Amino acid sequence: MTDTTATPAPATPAQGPAAPAQAPAAPAPAVGAYTVGDPLADTRAPAGPVHERWDTRRFTAKLVNPANRRRHTVIVVGTGLAGGSAGATLAEQGYRVVQFCYQDSPRRAHSIAAQGGINAAKNYRNDGDSVHRLFYDTVKGGDFRARESNVARLAQVSLQIIDQCVAQGVPFAREYGGLLDTRSFGGVQVSRTFYARGQTGQQLLLGAYQALSRQIDAGAVEMHPRTEMLDLVVIDGRARGIVARDLVTGRISVHLADAVVLATGGYGNVFHLSTNAKNSNATAVWRAHRRGAWFGNPCFTQIHPTCIPRSGDHQSKLTLMSESLRNDGRIWVPKAKGDTRPPAEIPEEERDYYLERIYPSFGNLVPRDIASRAAKNVCDEGRGVGPGGQGVYLDFADAIARMGREKVAEKYGNLFEMYERITAEDPYTRPMRIYPAVHYTMGGLWVDYDLMTTVPGLFAVGEANFSDHGANRLGASALMQGLADGYFVLPTTLADYLARHPHDEPDPSHPAAAAAVAETRERLARLLAVGGDRTAESFHRELGQIMWEHCGMARTEAGLREALERIPGLREEFWRRVRVPGGGAELNQQLEKANRVADHLELAELMCLDALHRTESCGGHFREESQTPDGEALRDDEHFSYVAAWEHTGGGPPVLHKEELVFEYVHPTQRSYA
Amino acid sequence: MALATRTARTSALGTLWGSTVGKKAVMAATGVIMLLWLTAHMLGNLKIFFGPAEFNGYAAWLRTLGEPALHEAWFLWIQRAVLALCVVLHGVAAYQLSRRDLAARPQRYAHRRPRASYATRTMRWGGVILGLFVVWHLLDLTAGVVNPLGEDGHPYQNVVADFRTWYADVFYIAAMLALGLHVRHGFWSAAQTLGANNRRRDRALKATANVLAVLLTAGFVSVPVAVMTGLVD
Amino acid sequence: MNLTLRIWRQRSPEEQGAMTTYRVEGVSPDMSFLEVLDVLNEELVLRGEDPVAFDHDCREGICGSCGMVIDGQAHGPERTTACQLHMRHFRDGDTIDVEPWRAAAFPVVKDLVVDRSALDRIIGAGGYVTAPTGSAPEAHATAVPKEAADTAFEHAECIGCGACVAACPNGSAMLFTSAKVVHLNVLPQGAPERESRVLGMVAAMDEEGFGGCTNTGECATACPKGIPLPSIAAMNREYLRALRKGGARRP
Repeated sequence: MTDTTATPAPATPAQGPAAPAQAPAAPAPAVGAYTVGDPLADTRAPAGPVHERWDTRRFTAKLVNPANRRRHTVIVVGTGLAGGSAGATLAEQGYRVVQFCYQDSPRRAHSIAAQGGINAAKNYRNDGDSVHRLFYDTVKGGDFRARESNVARLAQVSLQIIDQCVAQGVPFAREYGGLLDTRSFGGVQVSRTFYARGQTGQQLLLGAYQALSRQIDAGAVEMHPRTEMLDLVVIDGRARGIVARDLVTGRISVHLADAVVLATGGYGNVFHLSTNAKNSNATAVWRAHRRGAWFGNPCFTQIHPTCIPRSGDHQSKLTLMSESLRNDGRIWVPKAKGDTRPPAEIPEEERDYYLERIYPSFGNLVPRDIASRAAKNVCDEGRGVGPGGQGVYLDFADAIARMGREKVAEKYGNLFEMYERITAEDPYTRPMRIYPAVHYTMGGLWVDYDLMTTVPGLFAVGEANFSDHGANRLGASALMQGLADGYFVLPTTLADYLARHPHDEPDPSHPAAAAAVAETRERLARLLAVGGDRTAESFHRELGQIMWEHCGMARTEAGLREALERIPGLREEFWRRVRVPGGGAELNQQLEKANRVADHLELAELMCLDALHRTESCGGHFREESQTPDGEALRDDEHFSYVAAWEHTGGGPPVLHKEELVFEYVHPTQRSYA
Repeated sequence: MALATRTARTSALGTLWGSTVGKKAVMAATGVIMLLWLTAHMLGNLKIFFGPAEFNGYAAWLRTLGEPALHEAWFLWIQRAVLALCVVLHGVAAYQLSRRDLAARPQRYAHRRPRASYATRTMRWGGVILGLFVVWHLLDLTAGVVNPLGEDGHPYQNVVADFRTWYADVFYIAAMLALGLHVRHGFWSAAQTLGANNRRRDRALKATANVLAVLLTAGFVSVPVAVMTGLVD
Repeated sequence: MNLTLRIWRQRSPEEQGAMTTYRVEGVSPDMSFLEVLDVLNEELVLRGEDPVAFDHDCREGICGSCGMVIDGQAHGPERTTACQLHMRHFRDGDTIDVEPWRAAAFPVVKDLVVDRSALDRIIGAGGYVTAPTGSAPEAHATAVPKEAADTAFEHAECIGCGACVAACPNGSAMLFTSAKVVHLNVLPQGAPERESRVLGMVAAMDEEGFGGCTNTGECATACPKGIPLPSIAAMNREYLRALRKGGARRP
């Protein structure tokens, strides 16, 4: 599949830093070493006008006779928006679905925490929206690092998603006339975001969960809650199953099928503190990667500007505050460094409303990546507020003076309550403190137009794949993509794969299955046997600090090289000093945690490598070496207009495969918000 | 893929009695019937304040109710049958539901908060007290066998004789207080169980329950108090 | 702050459990209750003891994973989830009792972890609208009165944490079940299955061994999402109506 002979990476463009060279004979590979393999092409994407491609693909896809569907078993891992909708739909169509989630119920997947809304090009407002405009906004918002074909499909399918969810009884916000309400969302000029107060993700997920529950009750879905996928089983070059651990009994078992779908979400928890759920993890995608699925754009991480700052070392996770707050709140820090006066005592002329100063036309409403970076910059200058100086003020005093307290309460009341509950500060009288936090990963397993990874029969949907958001995801697009993949795209493309691979009973005693089980057992036994003096949590925290500092909002070659030097050391220390109490044959949350941290320690390195090799800035990936004179992200389309798909080589340096991106409809331009 | 269509269904009454919600509805409906009857009974009792002739006349009239369509005392027996059925259904449902409820919480919390089960416990113990009271009350003033006087056709004299004994007063008043508590929770609870409650009515229903409980208790208790104070003799 | 925690420890469903006392020192008032357990667990791991098992995930009060009875109250003294309960609501030197949800239908798995799968089975018995993917009409084909949409949303907010069951002296799941019945039954999309839904879900609730409702209202007091008590009345109304209409639960 790959030409791994291309040794020293020639990847670095002319103006970039020295090529990350590697001495092949050296005992330990040099920091940042990788090789470049064959370019990669998405062979499934049809040609033709961009908005006809999905229809073309649907027509060319082979079908499975309804009578034969029952014979095909599909494993779905994860029950969030993508996995829940996929499992329910596949079962409705007649396939046998075996589904897994680590939570105690499929309803608890982290999609449930999404607040804002879901985009759809319905144009109910008659404000000039269209499928093409949603397509255009998404490609541009992704800073021209997404595939046009995929995004066009996403925009087209968005129409059906709303219909589907309404039919399921999802209680979207409505107007007095009984029709659906919409609102505008970050960086677009139309009102296309459908919402259910601040709990859109919850309501959409419950819709999918209920559809899934119907199939579980009917016996069409065999549901395994509290069961975690720990490895992928590849037989004769095809994904044929998974190795899973029952989290209650500790039993490790192999489950075989005709195809495997990963809907396991993103890997933001590599950073330890993020807005992800505490148990969200990268194990499923990382194990799949190690078994041959290439990893797309691992460094593309979205850092959300409006989160509640951490209050101390005990902090276990970060909480997002909806970005809608930036519509009326003004962001500022003191002009002087180390100014510890309470905000009310800092006079107007000693405040720096830095977003309004730097970006006069967009002000506080600049896109997420820009707002996040600006906050980091002022805090790095020593002008941050709150404990540790890691925060900026989001002030509603002007809004309250202008609209009155009641109006502000009407718009943001529940967010203010949430803030007060967590911080015990009243945002009506004292400005909120906010700070950016890791929120979403645009990167993920590389998939083709059919959402299939480089392992035939292994599909990745939702945040687990890399596909539709490029280098930056627009607000309210994650829910759209998860449901598009699960309800509409995967059921079509997976059928094509199954139709081309007639059912044959997989052999549970196949050496590949037995080996995967044995490796999993051995790995868990190793974790339990270390008996060291540090908790898994402490390693996770340390990894998070490295990643946040060097692979966070602003990245430099030196910082990334330092991270790449420190991570292997930390990993080595982890396997030497971690302490996991208890045994493997019981509910053991420390063992679960340690196993996930072990994978985070490997994935983190690939993220840093990807960030190091991409010497341009784009979207959420900001390399300080590549910026405009005004300090804005400077893309390098000549050298980096590609998807970086990384191949795991098992010990040797990873291999980079480039998938060139072609823009026929939305022509790359430099973003400007000044 | 499609789910099978509906199978043959069990009878609605069977489903009703077989489910917790249905059984509770039976309790609510029978409770409402008994409450209506109790209200009439209490109002009738107040006739005692107009003297023996009027009270005994009222009692005699009850036997002639429904004539000539019904034979003498038939109405009374029909009413007794309905009430007996209500008591049995109410009691059996309460017993079965209580057993189920206790089984649904096999292990108690180490940290107890008594308030949580206050209403439930008063309903259960209050119900038992009322059941025992009904037995005594029937033997006392209907059959007359435990009444100090026990003269057929002279209810006024029987009542007065009764409430001149301290134990009858104590038992009666205690039972009526239990009745008040039972009605106070039971009336609102029945509205909730029968689906008559909603957010707009909630407060009004609770207020009605309180008023009803106080009026019923006061009405019933006024008789022994009047006898004790000599207002009625 | 320094606290004494008395926590229910139980190694497995079969073994007997007991309240065990731990000291936790240096607690910050800004910590959440679960973060205190995190700190305790880190200490226990380093001391070579078995850490306390408890369910948790999103830690922002929406996934419904966490749930424990704190000082006799489901999710503790504030009307929120345990993950959003902050230590500033306690005082230095407090002794706090921590127990798992107690109900026959929620057997203890380990320590504070219980099996709540019964709630999933109640949803599976009718808590959905049958709308196979692709079959949906255009979203604006049916207007939904705002009042109905708001009522539906208010009931759809249930996070399935099970606090209502834990708080109810009868271990009843009426509030949980009614929240879903009302959410779907007030919407026109839910109307075709209005009867079979309520009959099926109530029957499933009874089969799972939950107790009945004695209208104590403890469930609604404990509910972190404020599902109102009259929701149960509305479900009762739907149930009796379904019986009158001669509806039947799904097979």
